[in-house]
Amino acid sequence: MSNSAKIIIVLTVITLFSGGVLALLDNFTAPKIKAHQEEVKNRALRAALPDNDRVQELTKGDYRFYAAYRDNEIVALAFEASGGGYQSELRLMVGVTPDFNTITGAVILEQVETPGLGTKIQEDPANKENPGWFMGQFTGLRTEPEISYVKNEEPGNDHEVRAITGATISSKAVVNILNEHIKKAEAAWNE
Amino acid sequence: MNKKPAIQEFIKGLWDENPVLVQLLGLCPTLAVTVSAENGLAMGVAATFVLVCSSFLISLLRNVIPNQVRIASYIVIIATFVTIADRFLAAYTPDISKSLGPFIPLIIVNCMILGRQEAFASKNKLGRALLDALGMGAGFTLALLVLSSVREVLGSGTWFGMDVMWASFSTWKVMSLPPGAFLTLGCMIAAANWINRRRQT
Repeated sequence: MSNSAKIIIVLTVITLFSGGVLALLDNFTAPKIKAHQEEVKNRALRAALPDNDRVQELTKGDYRFYAAYRDNEIVALAFEASGGGYQSELRLMVGVTPDFNTITGAVILEQVETPGLGTKIQEDPANKENPGWFMGQFTGLRTEPEISYVKNEEPGNDHEVRAITGATISSKAVVNILNEHIKKAEAAWNE
Repeated sequence: MNKKPAIQEFIKGLWDENPVLVQLLGLCPTLAVTVSAENGLAMGVAATFVLVCSSFLISLLRNVIPNQVRIASYIVIIATFVTIADRFLAAYTPDISKSLGPFIPLIIVNCMILGRQEAFASKNKLGRALLDALGMGAGFTLALLVLSSVREVLGSGTWFGMDVMWASFSTWKVMSLPPGAFLTLGCMIAAANWINRRRQT
């Protein structure tokens, strides 16, 4: 057998074997990974939306909306918002009232910020009673004229949150992502 | 060919040829993911799994793979095991998978793993190749565990998520940041060199 034939055969067999093994593995892991993502999403929806009878998914423009109904009336809309944080992409689930004027809840779906600093937007170990205080501030927050943040003081207005000391950029990123996407989502929804 | 007792192939990876402290291989994940002991351990175990499986297969196939395409073959085999590890972590330990981020797929290009295939597994019998891979993997995992423990304890005041420091301990933020990884690794390598020099004299 010539050397080139051997090269071709060996490489083909190795790649076929590799493809086969991975396809087989995917059968086991793909449903598990999908179920986990569903669970993360459902948990986020429960946190972002107020009490409701049912949630209906619908796509409008670039957004997939999760509309929460109570007595057959939409009480809140949730959608995903993402953008750049300090060192990673932040993905949020945000719920708003149907007029887009008030946030009903916002949670972080994904972040890989600096451990111990930026990660405080999701969980602040220094605040033992309420580690999720930062995102909790957004519940009931007004979005008009726009969400803003204050540093080292208690927020005085109903559209302000307090930024995390040492993680101003991550805090600011959350505020900016919400401002941008709430406006865009409102335009998409009313189209 | 190789007269050393086989167990020596395992032991050398732990200290004398430790991939992190002596060979300085695989430093990208070493520096990047070691903010917490849990991450360090997970990365070490994942890399060891890939190393052992790849060494097993490549040692078996060492007389079959033509010389010209050996690197291509190694990479495909390594990539297969890395993908297995990556999917497995994503399915069963989603939180660890998320915090390790892209560094699990990046094991494919970890020079420690490719290095062991080229330098050892492709030239040695199965038993020795497996012992070598296990030793190197254990050495890598231990080094990562020490590095990540130091960083987590000083940087976050916790170890595997448990509070271990006294209440008034003020965390050294720098240890959680990239410079903390370089500082700690530098100290570890210096300590290893110092101990080795003392042993020689």
